[in-house]
Amino acid sequence: MFIERETMSASTTQSWTVADLRLAGGRRRTDVRMRRLFIAAGLITLLVTGLIVYTLVKDAFSFFIDVPKHELWNIGWFPRRGFFDIKTLVVGSLMVTGVAMLIAVPLGLGVAVYLSEFARPRVRRVLKPIVEVLAGIPSVVLGYFAIAFINPNLITVLAPGANKAFNFAAAGVAVGILTIPIIASVAEDALRAVPLALREASYGLGARRVATTFRVVLPASISGVVAALILGISRAVGETMVVAIAAGAVGGGLFSTDPFQPGQTMTAAMAALGFGSDQVAGDGLAFQSLFFIGFLLFVLTFLLNLLGDRLVRRVREEY
Amino acid sequence: MEENHEEVVTQQVASHDDVPVFRTKDLSVFYGDFRAVRDVNVYIKAREITAFIGPSGCGKSTVLRCFDRMNDLIPTARVEGTVEYHGVNLYDREVDAVEVRRRVGMVFQKPNPFPKSIYDNLAFGPRLNGIKKKADLDVIVESSLKRAALWDEVKDRLKASAMGLSGGQQQRLCIARCIAVEPDVILMDEPCSALDPIATARIEDLMQEIKRDFTIIIVTHNMQQAARVSDQTAFFTTEVNPESDRRTGVLVEFDKTQKMFSNPSDSRTEAYVTGRFG
Repeated sequence: MFIERETMSASTTQSWTVADLRLAGGRRRTDVRMRRLFIAAGLITLLVTGLIVYTLVKDAFSFFIDVPKHELWNIGWFPRRGFFDIKTLVVGSLMVTGVAMLIAVPLGLGVAVYLSEFARPRVRRVLKPIVEVLAGIPSVVLGYFAIAFINPNLITVLAPGANKAFNFAAAGVAVGILTIPIIASVAEDALRAVPLALREASYGLGARRVATTFRVVLPASISGVVAALILGISRAVGETMVVAIAAGAVGGGLFSTDPFQPGQTMTAAMAALGFGSDQVAGDGLAFQSLFFIGFLLFVLTFLLNLLGDRLVRRVREEY
Repeated sequence: MEENHEEVVTQQVASHDDVPVFRTKDLSVFYGDFRAVRDVNVYIKAREITAFIGPSGCGKSTVLRCFDRMNDLIPTARVEGTVEYHGVNLYDREVDAVEVRRRVGMVFQKPNPFPKSIYDNLAFGPRLNGIKKKADLDVIVESSLKRAALWDEVKDRLKASAMGLSGGQQQRLCIARCIAVEPDVILMDEPCSALDPIATARIEDLMQEIKRDFTIIIVTHNMQQAARVSDQTAFFTTEVNPESDRRTGVLVEFDKTQKMFSNPSDSRTEAYVTGRFG
């Protein structure tokens, strides 16, 4: 039939009909089915996200309605006793994140700059996967690493007054180690995205490698690098297992700004609330407070991710 | 003694007149095992414009990139033969590529301004060389832009991003940026291939103006451009290597531009310049 049509169109000037160009029935059906499948996959993800947000918001809201407001600003976080001092958790999270960034920013950016600008291709091929393996270490392992190694060998050595068993600083260092590969990998992508032409322009003017890196490549990729930092912060804020294990406060904690003492973070407090039913049952509001912190955490990381995503998008447009 | 002394004097006199800015001897460039271009012998005279012409893949850009050791940036690239710069072997162990590039500037095929302000683009090179005072930088920025015939168009927006300029303006900015470090030589790698004819004409005029101060080597696909702007022309072509079936660039002829385009010695040059090949 195909040949027939071709000879026909070649020999005559007769116009074709739509049937000549229509997709064959079977293939069209497959096309439609596949499209439905992909739409379904997308919708399910959306639905699950929606349900999570709904659950969080519902219980967070009812907690906020029921809780005596003065309990939200108290001496510490003791959900079983009805003390829901949010600032204890927020400050705890900030301390862990701060310590984590002290470790992860210089090391992560250092690795990124080295891999992108200094490493020979062969070294890079070996080193990059190794850095990425770091990201695959289960955080529970790093939690125990923090208690067994980081605290006795690093924190208590540098700060003799630090708590010998648990403290924010040890947890922060471990979270920092977890964050290095994220920062390194996203920042390296941003650095490598800088066109070769800009590096050549710099070398052509007599710049050395270090000058090219700091005066051309880093400024040109600054939004991507900042995005890497934000994604790293977001990861550190959300890290749970390490803090639950190594920061130390089990049921609750007094408000503290000392990174060398044990204490509670938002994530660890949630984990603690979830671990034992007896603890959660301690106060009617304790269980719901879990959702309230969860909601705060969700909003915080969501905003950070949004910001990071924005900046990454900007990088793509720049040159 | 007397004789020796005289010899030295004559040599010095000779060096002033005759030692070319660049002289290559049997220069070959390899990328790994692949010989990209072979046996190039050219000499580049001061304050002249030398054009490298030839079909794609003939190695003209590769040779150009030997003059500022830009090929060093490609890990597999390797050079055989010699390139002399004012009589010094450029590939001598003790020669620092960065010092070479401070004297031999480069303008690339695609305009590549930094995503910074016009001012910062111009001040980049001088700052590398340790000039920090704003007054000094201002003078350099202004004079470089004037010499690149760009000052009048951008003097009111020096703080604006260089990315906002047109392609032709960007390329003149790159030339100005190059001039700002007061190089000895300016290498131009197909500087007009991304530009329209009007912008191209402006760059060609500019080259004629700045050749009073700089030695210029230009790689171009455009034979008319070579004929219009250059004093000397080198014609490269490609040879198929029968064993590997890969093409290696080779220098066919090197002479005064006028002769190359009117009465070339080699039939291949004639075929190329008359448009019968390439």
